[in-house]
Amino acid sequence: MNLNLDPNIDDPDGFYQELLAAHEGLDKQQSDALNARLILTLANHIGDRGVLREALEIAK
Amino acid sequence: MVAVRYETAFKLYPYTPVPAATSGTVARHPVVIIGGGPVGLALALDLGRRGTPALVLDDHDGAGLGSKAICFAKRTLDIATRLGAGASMVDKGVIWNVGKVFHGDGKLFEFNLLPETGHRNPAFINLQQPYFEKFLVDAIRTAQGHGAPIEIRGRNQVTAVTPGKDHAILDIATPDGPYKIKADWVVACDGARSATRDMLGLSFDGRVFEENFLIADVRMKADFPTERWFWFEPPFKDSGQSALLHKQPDDIWRIDFQLGWDIDRDKELDPGRIRARVDAMLSSQTGSVPDYELAWTSIYTFQCRRMESFRHGNVFFAGDSAHQVSPFGARGANSGVQDAENLAWKLDLVLKGLAPEALLDSYASEREYGADENILNSSRATDFMTPKSEISQTFRNAVLDMAARAPFARPFVNSGRLSVPCNYDGFPGFGVDALKGPAVTRPGAPCPDAPVGQDFLLDHLTGDFTLLSIGGVAPAPVTQGEISTRVVHIADPSPDLAARYLGDADRAVYLIRPDQHVVARWAKFDAQAVKDALHASLWGAHA
Repeated sequence: MNLNLDPNIDDPDGFYQELLAAHEGLDKQQSDALNARLILTLANHIGDRGVLREALEIAK
Repeated sequence: MVAVRYETAFKLYPYTPVPAATSGTVARHPVVIIGGGPVGLALALDLGRRGTPALVLDDHDGAGLGSKAICFAKRTLDIATRLGAGASMVDKGVIWNVGKVFHGDGKLFEFNLLPETGHRNPAFINLQQPYFEKFLVDAIRTAQGHGAPIEIRGRNQVTAVTPGKDHAILDIATPDGPYKIKADWVVACDGARSATRDMLGLSFDGRVFEENFLIADVRMKADFPTERWFWFEPPFKDSGQSALLHKQPDDIWRIDFQLGWDIDRDKELDPGRIRARVDAMLSSQTGSVPDYELAWTSIYTFQCRRMESFRHGNVFFAGDSAHQVSPFGARGANSGVQDAENLAWKLDLVLKGLAPEALLDSYASEREYGADENILNSSRATDFMTPKSEISQTFRNAVLDMAARAPFARPFVNSGRLSVPCNYDGFPGFGVDALKGPAVTRPGAPCPDAPVGQDFLLDHLTGDFTLLSIGGVAPAPVTQGEISTRVVHIADPSPDLAARYLGDADRAVYLIRPDQHVVARWAKFDAQAVKDALHASLWGAHA
């Protein structure tokens, strides 16, 4: 399986709003921690090490 | 005294003395519209063409100077076409399809509105608001020539609105002194700073965005393409957080700069300072500064807010007086014209005694929903363009950073989601969906255009309840109370019409409201089902 870089989320504006809402009221440290938990959760959902490695590369 | 608050671009309805002002008689009018902007004029034109008298009162004598609203969407043009003003708008307007989004020096991506084929009107035109108003007034003059009972009184300023049980009393100031009139219905189309709203002590709550935008409309001969160019973090000097370049008719270019919150307005409006900014932007594109002149400049801030209710007894609010959005997405004037279209046929039928007064409540509920949708989209765009926290800035910049190399990030880039009409899904008064048909034409949806012979479908939906029959045999008109449907039968649909209205079906029957929204649809004609749906649309829309 390859990393999907094409749009894949329904209602991207709605998702983006939810993502930022999750951070509302958090300070920098709390936001960083939330992001870390989120990345780990999503990485587990993806599972495939090859895909995760590709994602790390593209994000760098 | 009637104070002059702004210069006019076109003197469209010069003041003439009002006979009632000197005779002392208090005339009664069915509909009085306060404000002769795009919304008030569209409403007056629609009512007048239906034979219902409309009186427009405006405290000036024409269209205010400055381009103000510039992007008019297909739905607005479709409405204007039905009202006889669309062709001149499209002829004068600049049609555009391509937008480019830049981040700093680099282009992130470009988009094409890729308009579907088979529509009379383009997805968007750019046209200065004074022209939009002028073309509506031209259409009003034509309609008056055919007997439409429309009157526009320039330099008639409403100074008090006193709602009563079955009418409202208006106090009006003119250069020759004051007078009073009575109105069965009043529609306040007097803009975001609505004096009517203030006079009635009604609130207008919402969210203030701490941001200032500088508009510079410049006149120049430039061979930039007819495209919308938008920069996040532009590379040119002192351009602020974002910038926009967009073409209008008459060699006018709209330039916007996002200046931030703590600014010195007077200093920023200094022509020398504006020119320095514009010079930097234009020379970054052409390598030198072209000849240009500043046609109009302004600094605006904005809020996203709406009135809690658009109806207060016999007073309605429409357009910016009822709801205000940020300019991103062209959802201001476009949604206001949809307000006018929604209200016109309902007022007309109620005044003619053909529909219950409660139908007018559906104007408020439907258009409050429309306003919420516009506010949601406009707020999201504004949040993306002006991140208000460190983390939202971080995500915003991550999106911009990735958008050039990863297509998935592009849908998150938000410099405005362009205006589309809303679907009244699930609202009372809309009926069954008894056709396994395309979603785009489900009950509640505005009818999409499609070719029919040498012209277009919307040309046939002329403002009455219409029974649209596609394929099969033509049904007989259906009568409910004193309202009979028009019948439009298309035996042999074009491929676009079939794709939008039939899907896999080989025939279909649609009941369509006067404002071209689908009430209900069926696989085959059933007179009783149509009668029930028509009844529900008039008598059940306020449940």
